[in-house]
Amino acid sequence: MQKFLYELNRSPQLQSDYAADRHAVLQPYTLTDEEVAALTEPDVGKLYVLGVNGQILMHFAALHQIEWQDYLQQMRDGVESYGPVREGVYAMTGYEGTRAHSESLGQEGGI
Amino acid sequence: MPLVYAGVCSHAPGITGRKHLADPEVSDAFYAAFDDMRSDLETSGAEAVIVIAAEHFANFFMNNMPSFAIGMADFYDGPIEDSGWLGIDKFKAPGNRDLSQRLIAEVMQTVDVAYAEEWLFDHGIAVPLHFLTPQFDLPVIPVNINCQGPPLTPLHRAWAFGEALGRAADAVPEKIAIIGTGGISHWPATPDSGRINYEWDLDFMDRWCRNDRDALLDYDDLNVYADAGQGGFEIRTFMAVSAAAGGAQGTVHFCEPIPIFAVSCTVASYDLSPQEA
Ligand SMILES: [Fe+2]
Repeated sequence: MQKFLYELNRSPQLQSDYAADRHAVLQPYTLTDEEVAALTEPDVGKLYVLGVNGQILMHFAALHQIEWQDYLQQMRDGVESYGPVREGVYAMTGYEGTRAHSESLGQEGGI
Repeated sequence: MPLVYAGVCSHAPGITGRKHLADPEVSDAFYAAFDDMRSDLETSGAEAVIVIAAEHFANFFMNNMPSFAIGMADFYDGPIEDSGWLGIDKFKAPGNRDLSQRLIAEVMQTVDVAYAEEWLFDHGIAVPLHFLTPQFDLPVIPVNINCQGPPLTPLHRAWAFGEALGRAADAVPEKIAIIGTGGISHWPATPDSGRINYEWDLDFMDRWCRNDRDALLDYDDLNVYADAGQGGFEIRTFMAVSAAAGGAQGTVHFCEPIPIFAVSCTVASYDLSPQEA
């Protein structure tokens, strides 16, 4: 899934193919139905929960002309609706959503 | 020749892309610090600039992730991001293939490094260049340390790599500048974007200025992640510059949180003038 987004972010050709037919460009990749749905809809919050790195996801959001604040909100909504991040670097220390994360940081003296 | 300039700066995409949303009182002072950095770089007489960035999956991905990579091309295209989104027009930055080859060969004597004849610049390099060489008239040697896809480059290896870059610069006749770019504490591109641990940043920059190897290597990824977010992993780029500068002492020219840019915006440099005995 991240591999597709990585290639999409790099390639204007793939971007126009994706614009033309979102399902067709996903054919060569091994993806679950949930991943295909999240990539074609697109569901930024679900992609975040599925473990897409934000550095990859923000380019995908920019491609869809999603404003910065809306992008952040969609990720928050994703964590609210689908639960904590399941995989990848944000799951590393048991990240459990913005609120829990903020509280735990507060206890450690972070801002 | 010995390095003629060594410094660090932030590279967050908001710095150019979300300019209009920041408090101008703080952001103008930050842009002024970037202007000073540009004039220091120009005064140094640098003939090429090594930019050590933590790139963000523009070129290197988990299918084949190098711990270290150095560019070896005569030109580099960028930015990979949508120009409107990043606030930087498409550009072609000059490289220097021949100089890259000589630097890489020297670095390889002590540190295994991947080289890349193709390299698309993302904001990690494009944002600093936008301020430091706005005409894209100074050859760039792009360098990457894996700060994104775990397992990450260990800190002590980033240090050894920085030392190797310093030696490589010494070995070539050209005047070389070195600039590390990255965030300090930040949670870029996540729901926590805008969170900044300013105290942690100041403490890190204090260690950086003292060029205190032990204090700089005294971080581990779990603590960095807890205190400084996944963006904090980019301290590797700053530390490589410390190592390259070989004990020089540093000065922070600017370090203030700008939440809409997602980082403590920072400009700092080392004093490379010969020390009195
Ligand atoms: Fe970064």
